[in-house]
Amino acid sequence: MELNSHIPSGPLAEKWDKHKAELKLVNPANKRKFSVIVVGTGLAGASAAATLAELGYQVTAVTYHDSPRRAHSIAAQGGINAAKNYQNDGDSVWRLFYDTIKGGDFRAREANVHRLAQVSVNIIDQCVAQGVPFAREYGGTLSNRSFGGAQVSRTFYARGQTGQQLLLGAYQALSRQIGLGKVKMLNKKEMMDVVVVDGRARGVVIRDLVDGSIETLMGDAVILATGGYGNTFYLSTNAKACNVTAAYRAYKRGAAFANPCFTQIHPTCIPQSGDYQSKLTLMSESLRNDGRIWVPKKQGDTRAPGDIPENERDYYLERKYPSFGNLSPRDIASRAAKEACDDGRGVGPGGKGVYLDFSDAIRRLGQPVIEDRYGNLFEMYERITGENPYEVPMRIYPAVHYTMGGLWVDYNLMSNIPGLFVLGEANFSDHGANRLGASALMQGLADGYFVIPYTIGGYFAKGGLTPVSADAPEARAAVEETTTKVQQLLGINGKRTANSFHRELGKIMWDKCGMARNAKGLNEALQEIPALREEFWQNLTVPGTGAQLNQSLEHASRVADFMEFAELMVRDALHREESCGGHFREEYQTEDGEAKRNDADFTYVAAWEYTGAGSAPTLHKEPLVFENVELATRSYK
Amino acid sequence: MNLRLHIWRQSGPTDTGMMKTYDLADVSEHMSFLEMLDVLNEQLSERGEEPVAFEHDCREGICGSCGMVINGRPHGPLPRTTACQLHMRTFKDGDEIYIEPWRARAFPVVRDLVVDRSSFDRIIQSGGFVSVNTGNAQDGNTLPISKKDADYAMDAAACIGCGACVAACPNSSAMLFTSAKIGHLGALPQGQAERYDRAENMVLTMDAEGFGACTNHYECEAACPKGISADFIARMNRDFVMAGLLNR
Repeated sequence: MELNSHIPSGPLAEKWDKHKAELKLVNPANKRKFSVIVVGTGLAGASAAATLAELGYQVTAVTYHDSPRRAHSIAAQGGINAAKNYQNDGDSVWRLFYDTIKGGDFRAREANVHRLAQVSVNIIDQCVAQGVPFAREYGGTLSNRSFGGAQVSRTFYARGQTGQQLLLGAYQALSRQIGLGKVKMLNKKEMMDVVVVDGRARGVVIRDLVDGSIETLMGDAVILATGGYGNTFYLSTNAKACNVTAAYRAYKRGAAFANPCFTQIHPTCIPQSGDYQSKLTLMSESLRNDGRIWVPKKQGDTRAPGDIPENERDYYLERKYPSFGNLSPRDIASRAAKEACDDGRGVGPGGKGVYLDFSDAIRRLGQPVIEDRYGNLFEMYERITGENPYEVPMRIYPAVHYTMGGLWVDYNLMSNIPGLFVLGEANFSDHGANRLGASALMQGLADGYFVIPYTIGGYFAKGGLTPVSADAPEARAAVEETTTKVQQLLGINGKRTANSFHRELGKIMWDKCGMARNAKGLNEALQEIPALREEFWQNLTVPGTGAQLNQSLEHASRVADFMEFAELMVRDALHREESCGGHFREEYQTEDGEAKRNDADFTYVAAWEYTGAGSAPTLHKEPLVFENVELATRSYK
Repeated sequence: MNLRLHIWRQSGPTDTGMMKTYDLADVSEHMSFLEMLDVLNEQLSERGEEPVAFEHDCREGICGSCGMVINGRPHGPLPRTTACQLHMRTFKDGDEIYIEPWRARAFPVVRDLVVDRSSFDRIIQSGGFVSVNTGNAQDGNTLPISKKDADYAMDAAACIGCGACVAACPNSSAMLFTSAKIGHLGALPQGQAERYDRAENMVLTMDAEGFGACTNHYECEAACPKGISADFIARMNRDFVMAGLLNR
């Protein structure tokens, strides 16, 4: 397997413009001769499908939801970063680039991140033009707030529903193209496999979730915008249906999977309340603009928060990281919370929580200001916990939120399988080992609106695509494999549900490959996961048939892939003998408990190649070259 | 707490369907309503029965997937709360709970509590957008929009497309849904060029999809989990009339 990142030569700031100028074009009359399959209709997929259709390509978009508007991008709360420098506070493309590279703990590609920072400004303009109702100042200009890991205010937002509004913007652009007949939209269809013919991605196998039929869609290129794999942990802030199947199937067809161990644990989520818990709910990072995080100084202090005097509280983020304080990046804030709880100073049931306290801000600004800024989040918190956060501090605890790893892509966002492009959270490219807040929306829309429309043209213009039909042996074989998998799942007739297996897998992953990892635990996981997988294939029960809407079957099929993929995550975590970003190996830390990177040995992207069932994957290394920034110890002190 | 659940079971679009009764024991007050259904489904699956199909995804009240009529009210008894955000502390030991799908001609039942809401997508496809292609939009700040207008547009844009408004309406009208998009875009300068055509096209599509008309019951506003005001319907009607005058 050869991994060529195709990063253009020349100075960093000129690479993207130069590349765009050098990419070959497809003339307008020829664009309609090329067909593109877009899988997933979140920010990246919807924006790509709409934009490619506007350009004239034949687009088919696929979602497993009942409508493209349901994709999980919709749940992003806080905002989207852009280097507009509207606040005149010293922001620039360079600074957004540097913050993102540093935030990612120097494990992302310089050229990709710089391009992301460059196009960030276009995203805001585009979204405003679509009618996205961003928050405004009284004078009518766009409003900004601050997010973790940055010392400027560059985050644009629409109340606590920024993801919703951006997704609806993309959904509306997509709907316009559907209405015009330029996009064929397939709802309630799940991608089950990629069809690779003559080494190129030429189609996908899809299963209709309502009637169970399985068919192939053929095209000239396939775009996966299928999100992240946080649900490997069972409990995460991801929506229930989020899964790794599309990406994992592509991996099994030869696409390299990069940095699977880089998962983000978000510091501010509502703690788990019981064993029945089905998911965890995020409280936006934007809350840390005004909320102060603390625990009691004394261990086992069970007094009500209001009864603990100021001098007996430990505002540990402000103490440890005075220059970033409560807005320290996510990985750092999460570990600090874990540390406080492990030290016996956690609050709430089981000591698994810390306070996020707004009383100072309410005193300083008044309750109406806080309501205006975070009203819907406060309401959501109260609905879930039954506690009023205007009166008592919120209790929060870290939870799995985002996955920086993903399918390996080059500068053109193409995987190592020609014709297979990967956008948004599903790829690995921009966030290194840790993503900064408000950067996921930025990346999804950058990929879909402003990168893929250029780079896919470059791929088509190179030529060499011959017509392929759904009767191609590769397509028929892929359909057959999918059919067999579905029948196997239905035919086990065991005793345990997919949900119970998923929950058990999640517990292994959280305990052994979660916020902190060590070789011992990871090696144990490498024993436990295959054992659980074996039981899954012997003792699973899936009620119902494959010829009707069967949610148990959908879930079982996804869990089957999580069961295999989890092992890849653990292997990657075990091999990376350093701590960086969201990957904290307990063996590699400084005396004061900070992550200790090993630049000499691990400044590379770990890209894993599938080598067959039961055989260990092969590791390939793409060295990361830093020509413009100095690899520094990441300090927020 | 122990509960008696009466749930609509319908194996497919052509099945007639019926209410079935299930007893569920040891429900925690901290569970969400959907987690309570998860527990029921686990028990049904382990007994070899088919679990209750229901739509859900984000479970944070924003994706709009979930939706069921709980004791006669879409999304259940709490105001401005989706079914996924409803928690069992709202109920008490011994309660009987009736759970049904959205009922509307334009939302045919797919299975159990799952309905087909693609008619909503088609309404948006007929005009719920600003016709602007990607690329080279002017700087976002060249178009000042007062905070008041932006907030008003956002109030409408908060719609999650769940369909509770339709389920609550005695006429199965989709006017709150449709008017929310027309109101959002019509309140902003970007949406002016297509304002009246948009209103006309979306209203005509809404009618063609089989939704009823509004007769001012305000049930939609009461049921809306995002608290969208029925005032947007009045605004839509004005825009629709204007469209008729302008396009004549």
